[in-house]
Amino acid sequence: MSEVTVNLTINEQPVQAQAGELVIAAAERVGVYIPHFCYHPRMSPVGMCRMCIVDIDTGRGPALQPSCMVPVSENMVVDTNSPQTQKAQDGVLEFLLLNHPLDCPVCDKGGECPLQDQTMAYGPGESRFIEEKRHYEKPIAVNDLVYLDRERCILCDRCTRFADEVAGDPLITFQDRGDHTQVNTFPHLPFSSYFSGNTVQICPVGALTAKQYRFKARPWDLSEVESTYPNPMGDRVVVQASRDQVLRYQGADSDAVNWGWLSDKDRFSLDAHASEMRLQTPLVRGTSLGTPDLDGSELVETSWQRALSQAADAISAAVDAYGPSSVALLGGARLSNEDQYVWARLAKAVIGTDNADAQLDDGLPAEAVLGWPRATINGACTPGGTVILLAPDPKEQQGTLYLRLRHAVMHEGVQLIELTPRASGLSQLATHRLYHRPAEVAAVAKALVGGEIDLDSDRRIGGVGAEELAAAANSLAERADRPITVILGRPSLAEPAAPTLAAAAELAQFGKLLSAGGRPGLAFLPVLHRANVFGALDMGLAPGFLPGRVVLTNPSDALSDIWGALPSERGLDAHGILSAATSGEIKVLILLGADPLGDFPNLALAQKAVETASTVIACETLPNASTVKAHIVFPAASFAERDGTHTNLEGRITRQRQIVTPPGTARPDWVIATELARKLGCDFGYGSSQDIWAEICRVARSHEHLEPQDLALKDRLAADLGVQDGVVVAQSAVSVEGSAECAVQSEFVAVPQIDSYSLRLVSSRQMYDRGTLVQHASLLAGLARRALLLLHTSDFQQVGVAQGTTVQVISNTGQLNLPVVPDSGVPKGTAVLNYNHPDADVRVLLDPHAVVTDIRIQTQ
Amino acid sequence: MNASASQDLRIITSRFDNPEGHSLAGYIQSGGYSGLRRALEMTPNQVHEEVREASLLGRGGAGFPAGVKWGFCPSEVWPRYLVVNGDESEPGTYKDRLLMERDPHQLIEGCLIACYALGLQQCFLYVRGEMAHAQERLAAALNEAYEAGYVGANVLGAQDFSVDITLHWGAGAYIVGEETALIESLEGNRGMPRLKPPYFPASIGLYGKPTIVNNVETLSNLPWIIVNGGKSFAAIGVKASTGTRVFAVSGHVAYPGVFEVPFGTTTFREIIFDSRYAGGLRAGHSLKAFIPGGASAPWFFEEHLDLPLEKTAVDEAGSMLGSGAIVVMDDTTDAVAACHNLVRFFARESCGKCTPCREGTSWLEKILSRILAGQGRSQDLDLLLDVCDNISPGIQWPPRQTTICPLGPSAVSPIASALERFRSEFEAYLPEVAL
Repeated sequence: MSEVTVNLTINEQPVQAQAGELVIAAAERVGVYIPHFCYHPRMSPVGMCRMCIVDIDTGRGPALQPSCMVPVSENMVVDTNSPQTQKAQDGVLEFLLLNHPLDCPVCDKGGECPLQDQTMAYGPGESRFIEEKRHYEKPIAVNDLVYLDRERCILCDRCTRFADEVAGDPLITFQDRGDHTQVNTFPHLPFSSYFSGNTVQICPVGALTAKQYRFKARPWDLSEVESTYPNPMGDRVVVQASRDQVLRYQGADSDAVNWGWLSDKDRFSLDAHASEMRLQTPLVRGTSLGTPDLDGSELVETSWQRALSQAADAISAAVDAYGPSSVALLGGARLSNEDQYVWARLAKAVIGTDNADAQLDDGLPAEAVLGWPRATINGACTPGGTVILLAPDPKEQQGTLYLRLRHAVMHEGVQLIELTPRASGLSQLATHRLYHRPAEVAAVAKALVGGEIDLDSDRRIGGVGAEELAAAANSLAERADRPITVILGRPSLAEPAAPTLAAAAELAQFGKLLSAGGRPGLAFLPVLHRANVFGALDMGLAPGFLPGRVVLTNPSDALSDIWGALPSERGLDAHGILSAATSGEIKVLILLGADPLGDFPNLALAQKAVETASTVIACETLPNASTVKAHIVFPAASFAERDGTHTNLEGRITRQRQIVTPPGTARPDWVIATELARKLGCDFGYGSSQDIWAEICRVARSHEHLEPQDLALKDRLAADLGVQDGVVVAQSAVSVEGSAECAVQSEFVAVPQIDSYSLRLVSSRQMYDRGTLVQHASLLAGLARRALLLLHTSDFQQVGVAQGTTVQVISNTGQLNLPVVPDSGVPKGTAVLNYNHPDADVRVLLDPHAVVTDIRIQTQ
Repeated sequence: MNASASQDLRIITSRFDNPEGHSLAGYIQSGGYSGLRRALEMTPNQVHEEVREASLLGRGGAGFPAGVKWGFCPSEVWPRYLVVNGDESEPGTYKDRLLMERDPHQLIEGCLIACYALGLQQCFLYVRGEMAHAQERLAAALNEAYEAGYVGANVLGAQDFSVDITLHWGAGAYIVGEETALIESLEGNRGMPRLKPPYFPASIGLYGKPTIVNNVETLSNLPWIIVNGGKSFAAIGVKASTGTRVFAVSGHVAYPGVFEVPFGTTTFREIIFDSRYAGGLRAGHSLKAFIPGGASAPWFFEEHLDLPLEKTAVDEAGSMLGSGAIVVMDDTTDAVAACHNLVRFFARESCGKCTPCREGTSWLEKILSRILAGQGRSQDLDLLLDVCDNISPGIQWPPRQTTICPLGPSAVSPIASALERFRSEFEAYLPEVAL
């Protein structure tokens, strides 16, 4: 859209608009609503429903034209109320209703249906159609989550356009013609898209309904709040509830974040948050008769007082006998910023331990996330910019980021360079695909930005052809006058973070040179796993850090005033904590929404640590492998059950609001921390999450520029303000660079030679895995695809078995039996097995002491 | 079927009576490919200039000057394509089919001349799915032409002129006769019209590239124009409608057939009644109505017989020459049934993309079926007109439309014409109680 302003008249009202803006959008902006069905501001217009036709005069006299197709022009005159317009709109509505069943009383959409609303507002009172309506089999399942009722469909092309244009899964299409046209899937090919729920949300009638919400509520019975889904993207959602029960999540259209979209994993996860398995009462060790007993073998219900006292006693005993560093805090990414702040204060100021890590050795050190320049999503999508993917597949792990990047590449001319060990969901859109050998990414990155690639001698660098690499380096240099964004994460959990960090350091160095030369430079958009992990890093739930992105030795005055004494030594990270627990140095292990047994890459270490620690305290919403082993379990409130704020991967802070009460006696995590602190003799004095947010804005250096009211935390309803984009913590507030102890530790790691009988393993997460929420969400639990070992076609042929044959996969540390299939996205010499799969635990194959995991395949 | 043109001047149907006219030998024997040889001696611009001078109007229905259309390609955008619209599907129209069946080489030569004039290397020949015989003849002719070096690399030894012609069979959809829907179909998508603007595929067409879409008859004129010169072509017919035009006369006439007549000077009366052409109505019957330009055109009656077969005159009288199909109805015709027949066609052929056409045409068809079944209501006649008005506001000519393409308004024409002239016949179908 250009910056030229044009003047036009809409219903006799003078209007200024940007050249290129569509008439329908310009009209809505000045308060003139033009009815429509097929038009959707996040998709390209198609002009099919004809509902938005209005009188438009471009100098040749008024003529009926679709306002969703016509861009504004100078001196244009638009009349949305002319008799001609009204007659045409009446006519279109009557046409749409000819074959539309009038089953509104039993339709989920009734009460929030654009067709119903517009018929009331613009349509004729009665139908003149006395013929028989079109008939189809009543709802058919287009996939496991969504039903399609073709009789209700008005063929607006929204769902089919979404599937094709936005999600890139064109698995539903128009079929047949004339009034027999229908939307359907292809035979034997379900609409298996990670984003299918969005089609339900944008359907202007009740044709597409969500299995989860069908017949659950009437819209007028729902109350709703605008909130933030707890994922690293911080997707904006509207949470709708009735009778103290959350019934639906709808995507909220935040311009900066998710554009109204949600991935199915998040949209349909509410069963898990509302699961009957939710922890409702504090649990302590007890006898099988349900009597609390410190030596008991069971977990039994008890009172908060007893559980809190028992936890406080264990902590005090450990601190008294072995010092504060015998207590450690693992996890915290599930929590809100406020919860995290209070827990950080409890750990670091009250108990005095710096052993706190929100990540489970599957992410990146806080120094890297906080120290390198941080990008925003919109920044990454800058027209003409470059995105380097040095991360796991966004389509599998950050669904809405994938949609935003896809749009940027398709429509904004962003070039994508994949710097990954295997293909991703974005591969088809990538300009350059640099699939490197596992753990050898740093050499590829160095060559990519180093400029010197010897095409003669360096035939392959890290497994990437020198010519491909040179072409990518060229493209990167050519576009260096536009922003470069590195999507940074852990592309494979079968290798340590070091190779990725070394590659990122190369890119960061390149960015510095560009910036010094007056170019926009390079910034990082970190993608880490788990809900509010970025809030946790900002709130100091990382060894060596305090709230406000500052190191332990550099607190703000306000923080020192309030917190008092701080640990003097940098503490341990997750790996260190579990190792220390194993050796008996850590006695009390506090798990904040963390499940090391289910999630920590080094399974043996996690098992030993949890067994050895004398007291394991878990704050959880749902039971998991680790809570079962815990000595004390506190039931915590989930995100729709408390107020708070959330920080996303950009550092954007948005609100989460309570709409239902927690189950049983579950409490917000900050309340648990505050109570525990009181038992330990320290009264924080917090009365609400607002109190805590106000304190964060005072003491956290990175948050000093924020006013508590920036987030409209008090009483303003979201509805009054439109969707809020929240506030972004300024990157420049604090820099951890310069402090020697905090520089990112990056070095080239020597990678052992691979023998010709082995394949090198890559492992990353898929959208549907063994995660606690997925497994507790009844609709999602069964969606994980079969565990498969994926090989390059030629490697597969070497194995010499039929596709899908189960083979023995053997590594130095263990073995698994898995079906093996060829996959065009896996480079030669590499094998892919998904992480955290319900059927196969890849961790038995991973060697925690090696840089790479090599496997051999044995046929049975 | 009588496919002879009885007048002396026959430009494109000259080989219709020649049983070997469709073969390469027969074609060359009767002067074939001399236009191409002539063109290759000229510069492409000279060829384009000849066509412009001929004022050759497009013969597909819209009647847009071909030479002007050729000039719409944006400069500097390559590659460009020539697409031949052989998806002739308008009820009553079958001139292109005969041109493809009986003189396929003439069409191929026309394509080559157009490609030469425009500097194109790739031509797609889209033939309607149901025209099996035309497909066979074209395929055979194209094979011969390739073998003889008329098509392919270095046409007739020319160093800098190579053309490939690709045949493509349609899948049986009327709407694909609309040029943007044809392009969608050719690309492998559902045959649905594209949204305008861009108004002409010449700017953005096949595979997003500049594309010239020409009708079979239009291109078949090119060999003659090049051999005889644009001036001679323009001298035939009248000022705004030059050359000859092929009309397909069908219905209740003595000799239905395809007739080539000088454009603009012959009248409807002549082509329907003259013994050189359709030879009048069936014995003992009188004219009730006739459709002058295909099923989408408003009907003409007795009083229009003396209009010339010329675009402007027919337009001014409230209809169109369209695709050159004249359908004659005599006094035995049931106006309601005829109207229903036409509307049913459009309802079945609606692509389903936009609401008024998808829902409106089938509603009209259902109402007419009900009336024919004796289940009409007194309000149904006004309802028909109001539904028509919602598809084509004002029910006027040329039509306005709430639809994306003109297919919807096409279903309006027969209803508006029949109801205006023969309302009493509709009323006669209504049961006594309804009146």
